[in-house]
Amino acid sequence: MAATTAEAQRRRPVALRAFRWTRRILLYLIVVGGSFVYMYPVFFMLRTSLTKESDLYVVPPIIVPLPPVWENYAIMWQNGPTWSWIKNSLIVVSFSVVAETVTSVSVAYGFARTRFAARDKLFIGVLATMMLPGAVTLIPRWLIFHRLDMIDTLWPLLIPRLFGTAFYIFIMRQFFLTLPRELDDAARIDGASHLQILRKVVIPLSVPAIATIAVFSFMNRWNDFLEPLIYLLRTENLTLAVGLRFFVSRFGTEYHLLMAGAMLLIVPMIIAFFLAQKQFIRGIALTGIKG
Amino acid sequence: MASSSLSAKTSGLGAAPERLSRWRAFRKWIAAQEGWVFIFPWVVGFILLDLGPYIFALIISFLNWDVGRPPTYIGLRNYQAAFTDPLVGKSLWNTAYYTLFHVPGSTVIAFTVAGLLNQKVRGMPIWRTMYYIPSVTSGVGMALIWIWLFAPRGAMNGLLGWFGIEGPRWLTSTTWAMPALIIMSFWGVGSSMVIFLAGLQGVPQHLYEAAEVDGGGWWAKVRHVTIPMMTPYIFLSLILGVIGSFQVVTQALLMTEGGPDNATLFILLYIWIMGWNAFKMGYAASISWILFAIIFLATIVQFLGARRWVYYEYQEPG
Repeated sequence: MAATTAEAQRRRPVALRAFRWTRRILLYLIVVGGSFVYMYPVFFMLRTSLTKESDLYVVPPIIVPLPPVWENYAIMWQNGPTWSWIKNSLIVVSFSVVAETVTSVSVAYGFARTRFAARDKLFIGVLATMMLPGAVTLIPRWLIFHRLDMIDTLWPLLIPRLFGTAFYIFIMRQFFLTLPRELDDAARIDGASHLQILRKVVIPLSVPAIATIAVFSFMNRWNDFLEPLIYLLRTENLTLAVGLRFFVSRFGTEYHLLMAGAMLLIVPMIIAFFLAQKQFIRGIALTGIKG
Repeated sequence: MASSSLSAKTSGLGAAPERLSRWRAFRKWIAAQEGWVFIFPWVVGFILLDLGPYIFALIISFLNWDVGRPPTYIGLRNYQAAFTDPLVGKSLWNTAYYTLFHVPGSTVIAFTVAGLLNQKVRGMPIWRTMYYIPSVTSGVGMALIWIWLFAPRGAMNGLLGWFGIEGPRWLTSTTWAMPALIIMSFWGVGSSMVIFLAGLQGVPQHLYEAAEVDGGGWWAKVRHVTIPMMTPYIFLSLILGVIGSFQVVTQALLMTEGGPDNATLFILLYIWIMGWNAFKMGYAASISWILFAIIFLATIVQFLGARRWVYYEYQEPG
């Protein structure tokens, strides 16, 4: 009798532990397996971009192409004014990231920390531009830039970034509201102006949130397709994202070249995300974006 | 004026405090206006690039404006034409089809993945990044990859072949082109996933403990703690999801060009074709207002419906 209870006591933790272990293993399998499912398109693209055309449809499929065919990249590169596309993209992206971040931070500070009569009514305007579809402004904006003789230049892609972007203003404002007010009150007593408070107190505390909107800006501008498509005309004036569109028609079913082009577009994004990811995830967790 | 003459007359010690207080009041007023300096860029941009264009778009939607000829006023005829244009109907139907599957599907997927990524698993930063990367690379890059994955002899059909299924010719099939775009969209759920992840980390631990004390299992915790606490985030994700999916254009333009047989003609793609291929700016503007009305209605309906199911733990002050 005594022996069986002792045995039961000994056995139960074992069963429990076994149950916990299977659950852990199952969890790892799902998390890791799922991440490979998600990365599969990217792996597959990398593989294809380094495969000989004649090896694309071999059965069983080649998983790691050896030796890698770097030549695909050379062929792809020479098939369009790739350098000008990259140059244009870099101009647009670097200007946009700086301009959008600086103006959005300053505007958000105005909405979060200064007081004037119309402030909250104007903030409804910010929310409205987030909610209203950009499709409506597409045509008028094009006509405005057409009138200004800026079609087929980069200006229509640069000028709108000088005025702050509603979504980033929203994120930054929500974040600023979480910072303790006592900090800027203390600075105010010391005689600091708003600009000094923003620079010396608020910005140093907001690095993750600022990094978040900078990454968003980089991603959105680098991947932007519709705006460059409607504003830019000549092949050498295009940005990389739109330029690669011609690969689809030109290379048709030469998937190894198509994938080499896609790599060109994707690798800078992956690098940027890796560099910023710690700040980025923290930033999103901190800003507490919610309705 | 009055103050200067007053101060000139009553020179001496007695006037000093009054002058000082006026000066203080003025400085206070100036300081109060300082906020305008900060938001000034946004105000200018709002007027020039949002408010102005909205009014402008309304005006040109009443014009017959084929670029090259002078515009003429035609009243509501653009709208009449749009309501009888079978391609407007077709593209709205396609867009609704996409929205109906994309929005709920990607919300469920993003929520599930966020739940998984909120567990204690070793190497989590790496797994999170791997789930997020397809979203980072969205747009043209992903579209190019999926053209290849959905190719007749591409990876998707290879996978189906393992199960003995002969896959369709995805992007060139009127039946399967739209499902292909919807399947592809599930790889771009990263941003809602990250928002959900942030939300999950804010669910108070004591609620889970309370559920455990009450003998609630895993599903009970999800059903009665996680989901109710997450409803504000789910709501935000649904709102942005609907607005976004009504404005899908890149994928369709790159992968199918609206075809085959207009099976993937989205409404924004049709606006683009009318405006920039057919140069019918007035007509395109009128369709964009119809799109606006639909998105606006959908958003209002969601906000009204939200009262029934979105749970706010506290009312935000101010």
